[in-house]
Amino acid sequence: MGTVSLPEMPCQELVELVSDYLEGALSPVDRARFEAHIRECKGCTHYLEQMRLTIRLAGTLTAESMSQEARETLLRAFRDWRSA
Amino acid sequence: MIDIGQEARLVEALRRGDEQVFMALVDRYQASLLKVALVFLGNPSTAEEVVQEAWVGVLQGLTRFEGRSSLKTWIFGILMNVIRKRRDHDGRLPPTAAFDDDLGSGEAAVEPGRFGSTRHWSVPPASWAGLPEARLLSRETVAQVRAAITALPANQRAVITLRDVEGMSAIEACNVLSISETNQRVLLHRARSRVRQALEPYLTGE
Repeated sequence: MGTVSLPEMPCQELVELVSDYLEGALSPVDRARFEAHIRECKGCTHYLEQMRLTIRLAGTLTAESMSQEARETLLRAFRDWRSA
Repeated sequence: MIDIGQEARLVEALRRGDEQVFMALVDRYQASLLKVALVFLGNPSTAEEVVQEAWVGVLQGLTRFEGRSSLKTWIFGILMNVIRKRRDHDGRLPPTAAFDDDLGSGEAAVEPGRFGSTRHWSVPPASWAGLPEARLLSRETVAQVRAAITALPANQRAVITLRDVEGMSAIEACNVLSISETNQRVLLHRARSRVRQALEPYLTGE
């Protein structure tokens, strides 16, 4: 059996499948089309890299730490619960 | 990640009334719980109230916790119940049932004008690989990311907050938000695409 050539994946289709690709949710056929396209296309390689960086940057956001007052309220709630 | 044996010991210590263990748990999850509450309620002081209420719910529920879900999922589930109650009683907020109503499925990840007639790039994205770490992780870049996430529709914001900011798994996020995996993925994709788009002019400039 020879290799079956898969229909090419246009860039505009690829950009809509990036999250599915990163989540491992693509069908084996689409995954193969995705990877074949990425190997040949610099624009899409950059796009995928930009999406990965976007995800990484989102992971650097931190919330303000908890106020001392809120901690004390919780500690009181815990003591009340323990002695109940 | 806590393994199951460790988690069982943790729950035991909580039931015994170990204050340090409880406060360590609070420190671990408080920031995440607040972020989630803020996404749903939009008001920092309401969010803080709701999270406090959730912790009380955690204490009251401890004797019933059977370890069928992870402690983390269970705690977030309690928070979501408190949030739902709050939203359903507050006429100003839409009920949570409407959460995956508008998936934004028609939205393009990249504006169509950047592709040519064969649907390949006519204006391809530049590489960000050469950007120095200092630029990438600068306070300014982080502020851009935060602004872009804040500007998202609430449901997209919720998903990207849980997944990419909080680092939850897809299954955890689906449980917390009561949405299907497919809808979760659609919302995540819309959210990430919009944030990337917002960052592009900023990170691509010379």
